[in-house]
Amino acid sequence: MPKLTIEELEKLREEARKTTFIREQGQFRAKINVHMGTCGLAAGARHILNAFLQEIEKRGLTDVLLTTSGCAGLCSREPMATIEIAGQAPVKYIDLTEKKVEEIFEKHIQGGEIVTAYALGIGSEKTDLS
Amino acid sequence: MAVEKEKLYRVHLMVCAGTGCVSNHAFEIKEALEKEIKRRGLEKEVKVVTTGCNGFCERGPLMVVQPGNIFYQMLTVKDIPYLVEEHLLKGRPVKKLMYQPPEEKTPVPVLSEINFFKKQVLVALRNRGLIDPEKIEDYIARDGYKALVKALTQMTPEEIIHEVTISGLRGRGGAGFPTGLKWQLVRNAISPDNEKYLVCNGDEGDPGAFMDRSILEADPHSVIEGMLIGAKAIGATQGFIYVRNEYPLAVKRILIALDQARYYGLLGHDILGTGFDFDIRVVRGAGAFVCGEETALLASIEGRLGEPRPRPPYPAEKGLWGKPTCINNVETWANIPVIIDRGGKWFASIGTATSKGTKVFSIVGKINNTGLVEVPMGITLREIIYDIGGGIPGGKKFKAVQTGGPSGGCIPAELINLPIDYESLTAAGSMMGSGGMVVMDEDTCMVDVARYFLSFTQDESCGKCTPCREGTKAMLDILTRITEGKGTEEDLGLLEELADTIKEASLCGLGKTAPNPVLTTLRYFRDEYIAHIQDKKCPAHVCRSLNVYKIDPQICFEKGHGCDVCRRNCATDAIIGSKGEAHKIDQTKCIKCGVCFDVCHFGAVKVE
Amino acid sequence: MIEAKVSDILNRYARDESSLIAVLQDLQEEYSYLPREALEQISKEMNVPLSRILSLATFFKAFSLKPKGKHPINVCLGTACHVRGAQLILEKFERELGIKTGETTQDLLFSLEAVRCLGCCGLAPVVMVGEEVHGKVTQTKVPAIIKKYKK
Repeated sequence: MPKLTIEELEKLREEARKTTFIREQGQFRAKINVHMGTCGLAAGARHILNAFLQEIEKRGLTDVLLTTSGCAGLCSREPMATIEIAGQAPVKYIDLTEKKVEEIFEKHIQGGEIVTAYALGIGSEKTDLS
Repeated sequence: MAVEKEKLYRVHLMVCAGTGCVSNHAFEIKEALEKEIKRRGLEKEVKVVTTGCNGFCERGPLMVVQPGNIFYQMLTVKDIPYLVEEHLLKGRPVKKLMYQPPEEKTPVPVLSEINFFKKQVLVALRNRGLIDPEKIEDYIARDGYKALVKALTQMTPEEIIHEVTISGLRGRGGAGFPTGLKWQLVRNAISPDNEKYLVCNGDEGDPGAFMDRSILEADPHSVIEGMLIGAKAIGATQGFIYVRNEYPLAVKRILIALDQARYYGLLGHDILGTGFDFDIRVVRGAGAFVCGEETALLASIEGRLGEPRPRPPYPAEKGLWGKPTCINNVETWANIPVIIDRGGKWFASIGTATSKGTKVFSIVGKINNTGLVEVPMGITLREIIYDIGGGIPGGKKFKAVQTGGPSGGCIPAELINLPIDYESLTAAGSMMGSGGMVVMDEDTCMVDVARYFLSFTQDESCGKCTPCREGTKAMLDILTRITEGKGTEEDLGLLEELADTIKEASLCGLGKTAPNPVLTTLRYFRDEYIAHIQDKKCPAHVCRSLNVYKIDPQICFEKGHGCDVCRRNCATDAIIGSKGEAHKIDQTKCIKCGVCFDVCHFGAVKVE
Repeated sequence: MIEAKVSDILNRYARDESSLIAVLQDLQEEYSYLPREALEQISKEMNVPLSRILSLATFFKAFSLKPKGKHPINVCLGTACHVRGAQLILEKFERELGIKTGETTQDLLFSLEAVRCLGCCGLAPVVMVGEEVHGKVTQTKVPAIIKKYKK
C-alpha cells in the first residue's frame, strides 16, 4: 500500500504497534507471567506460553504483556501462570493446559472474571520481571 | 519493499548496533543469538532487533531484553548459549552479565535504574534503543510522522513557527541561534522564483562529538520528519542532508530511510494527499572541517571549494544558488517533531530561563562511563561527570572538561557546579558547541591540549583569510616551543595579543573561535604554562621533550627480578640489561614513547 | 577499462557542477585514489576545466592523487583519542611499518593516515583499518593489528 493517506498512516501505526508494544515501559492493562523453572518446562510451560502469545496476537491486543520468570516453587502443580489485572491482586493459575488458557484469557483477562476452578489463590510474591 | 504482516514475539532482544558496539563485534553477538535461539527452538517466540546507539558505549556490546528493560553489557559470543538458556528459556535473568556499578555489590538489572540512564531526559533521542532504524514502521509505531500530520492538516506556517519560537529551541550545532527566529527570517525572505531550500548540517566535525552521527544512525526518520515540518513552515520544496563521508553507516541508514519515506508517500509529491510537495537529497562531505561553517557547507553542496564567505548576506537571505536557505543541524531537526506534537510550552518547561529543552552530550576522555547522554539544560557539570559519567577512572583527580570542540575552551575543576547552558558556558570562556565534552584528569597537560587544538585549526584552516591562516600558525609555533621547554615569558603576552587579533579579524567562525582553547587554558591553568617555561617541566608528564624515563634499579631487581619485559618491548633498543638483573635506559637512544612505563608491572619505570 | 568505469560513475549523476564532488567521491572509492586519466575524462565529459577539478581534489581531505595501500590505516587524533595517547600510537605504526604518516608501504599493502575524529570516542584511542574499527588500542597491540592484515 504505497502512498499513504492520513487514515492509512494511522492504520499502519496501529498495526505496527501490535508487535512493538512489548518494548514500551508504560502501564499495561494486564500482565501474564508464565513460570518457566525446570519442572515448569518439563510440564509443558512452553506450550502454555505460546498459547497465551497466540491469544494476544489473535486479538491484536497491545495492552496485555506476557513475561516469564523462574520456578514458582510449587513444582507439583506446574505449569503455572500468574495473571495480574492492573489495580487488582494477582491470581495464580495451576495445572494449566492450552484449553484452560483459552478460557482464562477470555474470562479473566478480557472479561475481568477470575476462573476460580483453575486458580490456586489470589496474591503473589513479586517476581523480578513483573 | 512490500509490507508483510509482522508476527508477535514474546521477547525482543534489542541489540545495539551503533558504531561503538559494532566495532566491539555486536554483529557477531547478533549472529550467535540467532543461532542459539534457533537451536533452542525459540525462533517463533524471540526476535533479535538491531537498534541504533544506546549511549553507554563504554560497556558495549550491549543488549536490552524487552519486555522487562533488562540491560546486558560487555557480551561475548561465548556468553550467549547460557544467556539464551537461562533468560529466554527458563525465565531467569543472568546477573553476571548485568551492569554492576563499581561501588556496589549487586548488579542493576533494569536499564532505567542504572545511574548512567537515570538522570537522562530523552527528547531528541526519544527512540533510542527502541526502534530498528532501518524500519520506518518501528518509527511510525512510536508516534512517528504524527507531528507531520498535525503540521500539514491543522497548522498554518505561522502557527508552526510560533510553536517553535515559544519552545525556545536554539540551534544545537554550536552558536545557539533561536530556531524559530531563523525560520521566520527565511519565511520572510523574498525569492524571485519562490524557491527556498532547507539544509540539515550533519558535517559533525568537532572532535569528541558524535551525537549527530548517532541520531542519523539510530533514528533517521526523526530528522526527515523535522525537515518536512520545517519545509512547510518556511515554504521550501527541496532539502539537503549534508553528512560527513567518515560516517558510512549514517549515510547508509539515511538513504534507506529516505527510500522508505518516499515509498509511503511521506516525501515527494502530494504528501499524505495534502497537496504538499517536498523531497530530500543526501550530500556526502569530503573531509573538510571548515564545511561545518554554513557558507562553506553551502559552497560544497553547490560543488565548489568549501570555503566560507563573509556574512551578511546570511543564508536566510542568499543561500544555496542565491536562494533563501534554512540551515539547522541534525539534533535541532530531531527535536522539531516532538515540539510540534507536544507543544512549544511543554518543551520550554524543561531547562533554564534562556536555554530551553534538553541537550545531547558525548562524554569522553578520562571518564568511567564514556558515551552519549541527553540531559535537561541547566544540569550541573558535577551531575554529568560524577552521577552520569561515574567519575574519573583509576582514582585520578578531575582537572578540566573541554566543551565546544576546537572553538570552545577548558572549564576547570573549580567550576564543577557550573550549570550547563549557553550563557554560563560562554561566561566561563567556552561554548556549548555541538555537545562534545572531553574530560581531562591530572595526567592531561593543558598546554599540550591547547597546542593540540591549535594544530587542529591550523590544519583545517581553509587558508582564505590571513588572520586565521597565518595567525593560528604563529600561535601553534609558540605553543610548540613552550611544550619543548623553549618558551619565554614574553610568549604568553604574545599569545594573548595574537588571539585578540585572530578573533577580531578572521572571516568565519573557525578563525574567530580558534584561540578559545588557548585563552581558557591561559586563564585557568597559567601555572602549567609557567612550569613549562620556567622550570622546563611538564607537570602531567605529557610533553615528551621535557620527560626523562628512568628505571629504579632497586624496584626492578627486588620486585620484578629483572623481568626483561621492558627491554623486549622497547622500540629502539634503549634498554640495557638481561633477565634477572636491574635494567637501565640509555638516554641517547630513548625516544620517550613510554612503552616501558606502560608494560612494567612493578612500577619500576619512573617519568620525571 | 578506466574509461568505462568513469562513464559508469558519471551516469549516476546529473552532469552539472553540483555533482562534481560526488563523482570524485565515487572515483576515490573505486580506485582509492583519483587517477589522472580519469580526471581528464571527467573534465572533458562534464565540460569543467581540469584545474577546477584539481582544486577540489587537493582541497578536500577525502581525495588523494596518489595510489593508497590495500589496507588504509587511519589513526584517529580526535580530542578523546589525543588525551588517551593517540599520538604515541601513530608513531608506533610509523616505526612498525617503516613509513611516515601520509605514506604508503612499498608493497602497497598499507598506507598510514592521521584523521580527526572518527566519532567512536567511547573507544578511544581508535584506529580504523579499511572499514574495521579497532578500539582501546595500545602501543603493544599495534604489531598484532598489522599482522592481521598481512595475510
